[in-house]
Amino acid sequence: MPSSAHAVIETRELRKVFGSQVAVRGLSLTVPRGEIFGFLGPNGAGKSTSVKMLLGLVRPTGGHALVLGSPPEDPQVRRHVGFLPEDFRFYDWLSARELLELHGRLCGMSASRLRQRIPEILELVGLTPHRDRRLRGFSKGMLQRIGLAQAIIHEPQVVFLDEPTSGLDPMGRRTVRDILRAERERGATVFLNSHFLSEVEVTCDRVAFIKHGEVVAAHELGPETANDVRVSVRARSLGEEVVSGLGRWARDVRPTAEGLSLAVPSEEVLPDVVRHLVAAGADIYGLARQKTSLEELFVDIMGEDPGL
Amino acid sequence: MSGIWTIARVTLRESARRKLLWMALLAGGVLLAIFAIALHLQVLQFQGRSMSPFLRYQVESGMLIIGLYTCDLVAVVLTILASIDTLAGEIGSGTIHAIATKPLARWQIFAGKFLGFAVMVVVYVAVTFWATVGVAHAVAGVMPVHALRGMLLIMFECIIALSLSFLFGTWFTTLTNGVVVLGLQGVALMGGWLEQVSGFSQSAHIVTLGVISSLIQPGESLWRRAAYEMQTPLAGSLRFSPFANVSIPSMTAVAYAGFYLCVVMAAAVYHLHRRDL
Repeated sequence: MPSSAHAVIETRELRKVFGSQVAVRGLSLTVPRGEIFGFLGPNGAGKSTSVKMLLGLVRPTGGHALVLGSPPEDPQVRRHVGFLPEDFRFYDWLSARELLELHGRLCGMSASRLRQRIPEILELVGLTPHRDRRLRGFSKGMLQRIGLAQAIIHEPQVVFLDEPTSGLDPMGRRTVRDILRAERERGATVFLNSHFLSEVEVTCDRVAFIKHGEVVAAHELGPETANDVRVSVRARSLGEEVVSGLGRWARDVRPTAEGLSLAVPSEEVLPDVVRHLVAAGADIYGLARQKTSLEELFVDIMGEDPGL
Repeated sequence: MSGIWTIARVTLRESARRKLLWMALLAGGVLLAIFAIALHLQVLQFQGRSMSPFLRYQVESGMLIIGLYTCDLVAVVLTILASIDTLAGEIGSGTIHAIATKPLARWQIFAGKFLGFAVMVVVYVAVTFWATVGVAHAVAGVMPVHALRGMLLIMFECIIALSLSFLFGTWFTTLTNGVVVLGLQGVALMGGWLEQVSGFSQSAHIVTLGVISSLIQPGESLWRRAAYEMQTPLAGSLRFSPFANVSIPSMTAVAYAGFYLCVVMAAAVYHLHRRDL
């Protein structure tokens, strides 16, 4: 885990109870500077409540949260925080330019800075041709884009995004992805709450899984991941003794339509695995590293959908 | 402080964009036209009679008070209907999230919104009040005795209604807020009339009931004080209008309304500060 000295977001045993319902049970997490952090969990897991506590919108029942070293309800901290709520909506009689001007002013930006920044940010989110159009004529995707623009107009140090790609077409999702990466390059920390696991997988540096209001697992994403290597083997003539012999190197060996899928502790053991298979008489047609998708990991951690 | 002004400006623009304000102005215009015609007809009728100018002035100034009472009523209703949605609706829909996460304390958001609506209400009252007075002066040559005091008291009554709309907007949904605030306005109206009736009936119980109602919502007592300030002493004592000087709210009642406003505002800010959004 990252050192708390560099933590931009830090919670300890954060808890929220609504009446008799425990929404967040004891959330402890640390997010360092410059990371895109994915916050994942099924519906009702407590994600939105957690994000609201980190933004000072909801008061915790217990525990504590720090954003940039201060309580999130401190207005001075919020000068450096941006937020895109899920299903962003605002006064629909404002034009895109007016909305950005309003939010920029509320963030303390000067008129001259806004004159320079508004065209930049409209270009970034692809809304330049619509700058003078009223929000009431915007599609859901356009509202998400302008919502993202208001969240980052003041170049915050931390950006909280709740389902930023919801309602966006593939081009829009790519734009958001590029913006998030640019924010990270700038040194900002991004706290991303999303159901689009494929998006999270290619965007985030790290994810935490939340279930019943507490973090149940955290997972590094990217090349430095030190988890098991899963390999798929295309082979025939795989007798029972061949498979059982793999237990020396591999665990979780599963038969597939084309052969086998197995998890090994590192790539170093793969030559031994191949030698064993050949020696045991198996016909090998191919061997490939199989990446566990975030969706599979999610289902493994959360279990099957219990239904509504 | 700049955050408050920014919120106030956008709130003012929002309220100006609402059809409700323009409909209220239209309604005010229609009522003004009816008032002008009625007053003109009254003037014509008096011209055909041999009535002393002094008495004519008293009756016509009584009619002016009725015209101003209509202004007051429309302004209070406009205040409530325009503002019931501003906090309750934005909290309910989540629109407030994008504002409440900006570097502003919640009291600043409250103050900005309140200021925006207060400016709208004050301007509306000033326009309709002076339009009514202007028409009355042009048609019948009558003027309120203390016009400025009367107008300020009407504005004060609207601000009380606005503060209640904001207070319950931090608690309830838009619809419930509207029901509660209009209900309280009904209590105020009842209190005012009970105190007025008690002046005739001399019933201590009715007086007590009226006073309690006025303590719960003191808006109507402000109107009755305004009526007292604006009408001629003789018109008030003639029992010509329902606003005759039977039970005049004292300056203590006005001071109580000020205290009431402070308590309501403080409670609203406190609750907005404490509640989850």
